[in-house]
Amino acid sequence: MSATFLGMPPFPEAAKRAVEDSRTRHNLHKATHTIRAKRTRVVDELGDDWQRLRAEGERIKTHTLRHLDHYLERLEESVQRAGGTVHWASDAAEANAIITRLIRRTGETEVVKVKSMATQEIELNNALEAAGITAYETDLAELIVQLGEDLPSHILVPAIHLGRAQIREIFLQRMGEWGRPAPPDLTDDPHALAEASRVHLRELFLRSKVAVSGANFAVADSGTLLVLESEGNGRMCLTLPETLISVVGIEKIVPTWSDLEVFMQLLPRSSTGERMNPYTSTWTGVTPGDGPQDFHLVLLDNGRTDVLADTVGRQALRCIRCSACLNICPVYERVGGHAYGSVYPGPIGAILTPQLQGMASKVDEALPYASSLCGACYEVCPVAIDIPEVLVHLREKVAESKGHVSEKALMAGAEAVFGSATALDAVQRAAGLARGVVPRHLPGPAGKWTDTRDLPDVPARSFRQWWNEREDGR
Amino acid sequence: MTNGSRERVLARVRAALADVPADEPVERRPSERPYAESHDAGPTLDVLVERLVDYNALVRRVAPDRVADEVAAALERCGARRILVPAGLPEEWLSRTSVERVVDSPEDPRDVAELDSADGVVTACTVAVAETGTIVLDGGPDQGRRALSLVPDHHLCVVRADQVVDSVPQAVRRLDPLRPLTWVSGPSATVDIEMIRVAGVHGPRTLEVVLLDPDA
Ligand code: SF4
Repeated sequence: MSATFLGMPPFPEAAKRAVEDSRTRHNLHKATHTIRAKRTRVVDELGDDWQRLRAEGERIKTHTLRHLDHYLERLEESVQRAGGTVHWASDAAEANAIITRLIRRTGETEVVKVKSMATQEIELNNALEAAGITAYETDLAELIVQLGEDLPSHILVPAIHLGRAQIREIFLQRMGEWGRPAPPDLTDDPHALAEASRVHLRELFLRSKVAVSGANFAVADSGTLLVLESEGNGRMCLTLPETLISVVGIEKIVPTWSDLEVFMQLLPRSSTGERMNPYTSTWTGVTPGDGPQDFHLVLLDNGRTDVLADTVGRQALRCIRCSACLNICPVYERVGGHAYGSVYPGPIGAILTPQLQGMASKVDEALPYASSLCGACYEVCPVAIDIPEVLVHLREKVAESKGHVSEKALMAGAEAVFGSATALDAVQRAAGLARGVVPRHLPGPAGKWTDTRDLPDVPARSFRQWWNEREDGR
Repeated sequence: MTNGSRERVLARVRAALADVPADEPVERRPSERPYAESHDAGPTLDVLVERLVDYNALVRRVAPDRVADEVAAALERCGARRILVPAGLPEEWLSRTSVERVVDSPEDPRDVAELDSADGVVTACTVAVAETGTIVLDGGPDQGRRALSLVPDHHLCVVRADQVVDSVPQAVRRLDPLRPLTWVSGPSATVDIEMIRVAGVHGPRTLEVVLLDPDA
């Protein structure tokens, strides 16, 4: 059985444990700092245009969300016109039932999968397993997580918490149970590890008849879906099988093909810190004689309409899952992805998960407190989601609800992260700064939360200065 | 079940958007494109070559009349004996090589085992993007089915100078979304182990580009 986030402790406890795990911290520190530097380089390369692209990305997504019913119907029409079949799922159970039925119809008992947050969210692999269908993850990091019976800890690099030596161990011990074993003389050189995954999956790709994918974008006017990837496992899954089932959240829509002029610049630079990711596949319905001849799009709600109904929280649906906010976050860097107890970790997880699932559980109501409100996530977000604003908004909701855990207890998570209340103060001071940089922070009712607390005077240093000093002093 | 869900989801979306004024226009004005056309990175072909090399692609920049010699030399260098060829590839490009050709077309496709046993593939492209070092294939007759440029370990792609644009927006405008597109930026790679780009996972481990430059 695959691992699940169910039964995870709430953030303050989980954070404390994670901070104590020095190996996780080391791996995370190394990986997040590497990718931050790469991102900065390729973003700076575009000069002033970056902020214009960012504003345009925000505008396109906001516009789409405000007319989502229209664009959903248009997407459906376009996909059908191009020979695809469209299914609608209001929750995880419905989505899993649809996908299981589609796979059963083919008579196959195994499917290859391209990394997809949506299928993790609905725990598709477990549902398929219960139906006697084996789902093989083919993205290298997903493969590592699946073989290791571990949980993803990052949106883009689910195995970011693991170093090369740990990955080697997992490959040596577990690959044989799933297919072709790793070579016994496997080293921990990343090239050797990548080669082992190539050999392990090769035969599976060549024989598979059914694939399940997500999509980074769905274009309403043309009916085109896009998958951005690095390894070529996406291309294998999207090209070689006879049947393709794509599970796509309803917020993934962009209105027109030309909107990709913006997002194909924003996403690769923000996520892997490259000018362009190695491979992007786009497909529109079915192309006779090329690729899967049976294509199904499953449009997934699963709580997204609840997020949409909240006029402050709605902006979380703009997210293009680049993971830049995770990589920059001082809390994420210390606690890692597992502490958030959700498939969506880091700053975006802290605002998305409680909204998707509601804040009924202790785990979910602690999430809006899994932050120091320093504002770095907002600065890097390519679609300008004001994560601190939504966090404060959600804290208000928690505070208003009856019988909630005291705020002090929830804040303990942040204290665990930064070692002491003094350290936390320092970060909160920076939060005041971020608000200075971004004047529209905390307007209206959201101001209530901050009004009851003493915000220190805004120091004269810039946020970036503070940030760099903080980095140097480590 | 699905039909009921469709109405349910759409109704929930509409209810969630109760705050959006009914007369707010759905269509946007086309003039609202405030970002740059391109980023002045330098002479187009120079930039393309530099960025491809940055991804560890092999690049040869030659005069158009040298194409057959370069293709032959490239196939010789990698020791290819059997190569895949999309049915619409210009005959002339292969006029100087004697390697065995396996011709594929949507009407007469090779099976996966045959694709897998080839040493490489030669294709054209439809657009190349200098700023990002990207080559786009659109499944045209000189590029073939998507599987062709995916399964073999070596991809040799011939790019004409007039196919190269500076930027992503310019490329998007040239592309037809109704065709299946593959955007390739360097050979297959992964960053999944400690965020280090390692070349060579499931796609071709070698990407070789022959750039036809009339001024070369
Ligand atoms: S919230 Fe913004 S920065 Fe974070 S993953 Fe989403 S798009 Fe990227």
